[in-house]
Amino acid sequence: MSELVAAEDVLLFVNAAVTATGQREFRSSAAAQHFSLRFVHEYVRVNYRPVYAAALALDINHHNAALIVEQLLRTADEAGGPGEKRAEGRLIAARLALLPPQRVYRLFRALRAAGVNNRRTRAIVRAWLAARPDPALDAVKYRSGLKAALRHVHGRLPDPETGDFLFSPGRRVRYENPTLDSFRRARYEQGALYELPFTVAEGFAAGHGVPRAVFLERIAPRMTRLEQLRTARAADLTVMPLTRLALYVLSLPFGERVERRAELTHALRAAARRAAGPYAGSWGRVAAVLDDSFSSSGSAVKRRRPLAVALGCHYLLEALAAPGAYTPLWTSGGSDPLLVRPYGPTPLGLRILDALEGGPDRLVIVSDGWDNAPPGLAGEVLRVWRSRLDPERRTSVVHLNPVYDAEGFDVRRLAPSVPAAGIRDAEDLAALVEIAQFAEGRTGFAELRAYLDRRVELFLQGTGGPVGEGAGG
Amino acid sequence: MTRIDLTGLDVRPAQVWGGVRLVPLVRAEPVPGLRLHREIYRGHGGLGTVDLPDRTTYTSYIPHGFVADWTGTGSGTGAESAAYGTRLGGGASGGGGGDSAPDCMPVRRIHRMAKRRRDPDGRAERRLRFLPLHLALEGYLALHFGGPSTAWEEWSGEALRHGLSPRAEAAYAGRAVPGLAEALRIFEVHPGQCGLLLYVADALAAAFVVPHPDDYRLLHPTLIEDLYGELVHQYAWYGGPVPEFTARIRDGAGGIRTLADLRAAAREQERAWAVAHDGLMARDLLETSYAFERVHRAGPFDLHRFLPPFRRGGPEQHIGELITDHKGRAVYLKTFRLSENQIRKGHLLRRLADCDWHLERTAEALGTSYAEVVRRVGGAGLGSLLNAHAVAQRLRENQES
Repeated sequence: MSELVAAEDVLLFVNAAVTATGQREFRSSAAAQHFSLRFVHEYVRVNYRPVYAAALALDINHHNAALIVEQLLRTADEAGGPGEKRAEGRLIAARLALLPPQRVYRLFRALRAAGVNNRRTRAIVRAWLAARPDPALDAVKYRSGLKAALRHVHGRLPDPETGDFLFSPGRRVRYENPTLDSFRRARYEQGALYELPFTVAEGFAAGHGVPRAVFLERIAPRMTRLEQLRTARAADLTVMPLTRLALYVLSLPFGERVERRAELTHALRAAARRAAGPYAGSWGRVAAVLDDSFSSSGSAVKRRRPLAVALGCHYLLEALAAPGAYTPLWTSGGSDPLLVRPYGPTPLGLRILDALEGGPDRLVIVSDGWDNAPPGLAGEVLRVWRSRLDPERRTSVVHLNPVYDAEGFDVRRLAPSVPAAGIRDAEDLAALVEIAQFAEGRTGFAELRAYLDRRVELFLQGTGGPVGEGAGG
Repeated sequence: MTRIDLTGLDVRPAQVWGGVRLVPLVRAEPVPGLRLHREIYRGHGGLGTVDLPDRTTYTSYIPHGFVADWTGTGSGTGAESAAYGTRLGGGASGGGGGDSAPDCMPVRRIHRMAKRRRDPDGRAERRLRFLPLHLALEGYLALHFGGPSTAWEEWSGEALRHGLSPRAEAAYAGRAVPGLAEALRIFEVHPGQCGLLLYVADALAAAFVVPHPDDYRLLHPTLIEDLYGELVHQYAWYGGPVPEFTARIRDGAGGIRTLADLRAAAREQERAWAVAHDGLMARDLLETSYAFERVHRAGPFDLHRFLPPFRRGGPEQHIGELITDHKGRAVYLKTFRLSENQIRKGHLLRRLADCDWHLERTAEALGTSYAEVVRRVGGAGLGSLLNAHAVAQRLRENQES
């Protein structure tokens, strides 16, 4: 019994760590999300510390990864022996290397504010800083973050020039390093600001009064991929990750989506094929119930995120299914994925019936789990289907939920018999389906631990790709 | 016509948030020939004054008015336009809106509860501006507003000269009702939805019906600016969360063998809910017989306001306004739930008027004593209408005899 409870707790935490970002959701405020997430973190850290650290190896989101690292370092004395500490340290270092630098600098600042300055923390921060490819760029782009981190760990940069740039800016008249020097010149010279990173140059451009259009045109080569997508001047959409691309498509007005149909569809399909990798076409007959009800509009801070995840899953499942054996069913009844919009109620039960009509090998439901037309019908349909019509499990059903339910400390489920997993990026779908199999309540804690250990090993080897090895099964 | 007829509107499954239950009403096809717009009265904190034809004045929180547009019936192209965005009340047609109101008095003056819109040349348009809910509230406030019809000595001179003036009732804006704003925000509007029944702690708080789904989508947020009675506010404040009526499929003993059986069972669930709702939850609204008063006739449509029978201790009672088509079906409906006190007050006024404001006879009609009627008049907030000296004398005489 306790094994099952432990397995449940761990899966609950994984779901929370994948979906929750502490931001406002459609049905709960930022404060409620934040509070709920804090509790789940503390609960799992205290009760299942090795699992808590192992979660860093899974496809959890950046917010939770940073939170786990912070919590682990704050409570280093609870880790146990030196062996456990070493294991944690390796996981932390590997995860920090994957996090975006602004997140890591924010984490370091949080550690500083919390007064965490043990030897282990200092070593981790120093190691991360030493691995940064271009300290001069960091000094310009994340100036205060880098400064705070160095101060906190009493670090020293290998390059004295960058050190002077940060800590005694008046000492040098000019810098040898081109990035640092263009930052110095950008104050007086408009041309120099186009050699700086986009976010830094933006401030200088405003100071010089450069028209926005001219500025965006000239700075374009210095933008990152996401910055290009955000300012709508991405040259090549096909290199974008699937969910980002889906968000971009949904941000376009309908007219533009229709005009650029060929281009957008091609880009989405290419991204989906890339995410599917070697498993493309291996899932047999697949039916998907995709939620485009009003609640998939997300919130002001996560605009249309649930809908974008559903759209991404649509293209990914299309790539994973055998050619021509994929049936998408949107809750609104629409049939054109490119023109979806968050509108209407959530008649999940009836759509699931439609999906089961075709007798698929797999049924994937992407929804926030608020089934309201009529409420609870989806759970009943799935229960009766499993117990009366398909007891031999010809169809495997999985529910992927992009929204963390703050009150339930988990993603909202449709029925106890249907495994539910949280999802943040559509690209992780295959790996999440694999984790969801544990949520049927029939596998014990030991199996789950074995699975986690395998994932940790893969992660530390640096081979844990976005599509887990279980995509075929 | 004595009942509200919601033919053509189908009930869909309710959506629950905390103590608020929202039941969508869906039309198979929109009502042809009538559209509603909203005009917002901005800049005066929602406070407005309405001049009524009988030279009384109605002052209230009036955030917006509705414009009913029935130009669609066979007239030129583009006349039956969709409600597109909201419109500001036009200076030309807003009645006294253009009058240079002094800065120190931030009250918008509006001429009449319902008024035919006029174009800038003064020609009457086929559009009617009216103030939602206030039309109905004014009907309730003006109930026997004239005061005593016979100068019995118990009534004060003030009551005989000015009637019940000034008459006031308190209500809560939707924003002040806990949980209502959130429930309305996350409500998922159905395709083709033309109405909503709003329950708070499973008591019907308001009904709202419009002719066209596009109008509903735009007017859905106005529900938060509407007025709600004291009862609704208290229920929202003290009532706990209400349960969802979740679907249950009975699958025992080989009831379901195929997918078609399962689908039929699912359909049956929807039907069962609609029957249960109409028969159980909305019964009092639909089966009470109301006193309708026609306010305006606009083409084939009639604008009414209605009052309930003011029966005490009985079912829930609503006041409201209604636009009906030529068959008497509700095209537009908005109701306000009266609290128990307001029902009692209406009941008392009705009885007083029936007995020509004679207190003794009223006491007989109510089956109670003279002293009790005096207490009830005081309790209804109308104590100042009584001549305290005459009443005390009568009470003394009654005691002595």
